Amino acid sequence: MNKYNPFEKILIYFGIFVFMTFILLPFIEMFYASLRPLDHLFRSPYQFYSDDLSFWAYQEMWNTVPMLGRYIFNSFFLASCVAILTLIFVIPAAYAYARFKFPAKNTSLYILLAINMFSGAVILIPLYKLLRTLGLLNSYQSMIIPGVAFLIPTAIWLLKSYFEKIPIDLEEAAFVDGASRVQILRHIIAPLSTPGLVVVGIYAFIGSYAQQFLFAITFNQKKEYMPIPTGLYEFIGYQSVKWNEMMAAALVGMLPVLLLFVFLQKYIVEGLTAGAVKN
Amino acid sequence: MNQKLKSYTAQTYIAYALIAPAAIYIILIVAWPLLETIRLSFTNSSLAGEDYVGFENYQKMFSSKKFNGIVTRTFVWMFFSVSLKLIIGLIGAVLLNANLKGRSIFRVLVMPPWVVPIAIGMLGWLWLYNGYFGIIAGVGMRTGILDGPFGFLAYKQSAFISTIIADVWVGTPMVTVFFLAAMQGVPRDLYEAAYCDGASRWDRFFKITLPQITPVIITMSLLSAIWTFNSFEIIWILTEGGPRGSTTTLIIDTYKQALGNYKFGRGAARAVVVMILLMLFAGFYLALLARINKKISHE
Repeated sequence: MNKYNPFEKILIYFGIFVFMTFILLPFIEMFYASLRPLDHLFRSPYQFYSDDLSFWAYQEMWNTVPMLGRYIFNSFFLASCVAILTLIFVIPAAYAYARFKFPAKNTSLYILLAINMFSGAVILIPLYKLLRTLGLLNSYQSMIIPGVAFLIPTAIWLLKSYFEKIPIDLEEAAFVDGASRVQILRHIIAPLSTPGLVVVGIYAFIGSYAQQFLFAITFNQKKEYMPIPTGLYEFIGYQSVKWNEMMAAALVGMLPVLLLFVFLQKYIVEGLTAGAVKN
Repeated sequence: MNQKLKSYTAQTYIAYALIAPAAIYIILIVAWPLLETIRLSFTNSSLAGEDYVGFENYQKMFSSKKFNGIVTRTFVWMFFSVSLKLIIGLIGAVLLNANLKGRSIFRVLVMPPWVVPIAIGMLGWLWLYNGYFGIIAGVGMRTGILDGPFGFLAYKQSAFISTIIADVWVGTPMVTVFFLAAMQGVPRDLYEAAYCDGASRWDRFFKITLPQITPVIITMSLLSAIWTFNSFEIIWILTEGGPRGSTTTLIIDTYKQALGNYKFGRGAARAVVVMILLMLFAGFYLALLARINKKISHE
């Protein structure tokens, strides 16, 4: 019943082609633009063909925006801090949700889901004032602190489902043998949940890498702390925009998350869709 | 009984202790700011200080024609964006669900717009929409549809449509992936039975697939409505709400009032409106989720 006749096959492939063109066109155009000399790009109407493609922009971009390397480092640094902090907050909480019964358990889980629905934009004003009072504006912390808050809810849900997959019998057996809660956590839960922790950590890393823009433009004016999504706008100069170099830098800037995602997409997608599909 | 009760309360304390760090963090960084936003909306707070002004911010806001226009615009923008995401996502999922060679590669290739930081993806769209040198204007000029350069983000209507398309681009992959996961969860024997009864591919889609994935379709419509409503970076980067306010949605307006002009009070009043609307969406979503869960546990 899953056989298609040639006509159907062509139709489906054509559909996929159109769909994929929509999804991938911006990336293809970014890559193509990054390979072309600036004076080829500045021809109107658009030229489909260039005869001297090169990776020159990928070298020149470091000179045009001298801080580019720093911005990429900042993005990495911010995302790593956010991921680690998120894990620290989320591991005990997710464990409690997976293993214990307590009043308001379901209600608080739903509240977590609801928090996911607020965008950072709604609470920027008090956060701005808070960070200003604490003297944390224009620092790494100003981007890390709100970043963690918005990743905690999903991370708890994700990790909870990983913990639930660990058979409770193992823990009970250890408990009967006189192991303490801490020992159980260290010797049974931790090793068995490592894959889950890695997936949730990477989810937090990617999420934080993606959400840097809003907090960065609002809470940080200092160049030395800027993450790459905001740093890229330096290619937009007073006279003209160095599109080819900007696109090259943009592609380099998105590469880390893309690579991480491609390697781990199966696990991340599985975890995220599990709730929607089975519940 | 007593023993049981005791261990139950002990469990509760341990559980609360484990949850406390995350809970306190969320209360400090999300819950308190939400309440503080409500308080600020009754003041004329700015960098200089604040005084209580009662409902003045709200009165000004609701009597301003501009604000009412912004609310309407937000919903129109959302309606088109969400509908397109769902339709394109459903078509995409059907296509990628077809049992053909290469589908596993395509399934990975749909995801980049979802994963890549929006602010970086939008640089690509800025280039595509460029009126002189962009490929869309270029194709338009070469085919004669456009008679000259056309800045898609420079005119009211085209900017409105262009921001919707970029938003659909960001949101579609996730919808596709969820629909695809739902389609694969449909029990195979349903299809086999229908096939034996001679149902066409078309029938099988409308009579089996679609009803089976309806819960996911409904959840995704609500979730994407919420995310679309919250969409900030896309419009901010492409148009900053312009030209002449034609792409200013509630979120953009809130941001501009609060952090563009540092009129915290006015911005807070707008944020409160956003909050109330989001709470309504969230309420719908959670009620729906509870109903679906109940239905499943009854089956």
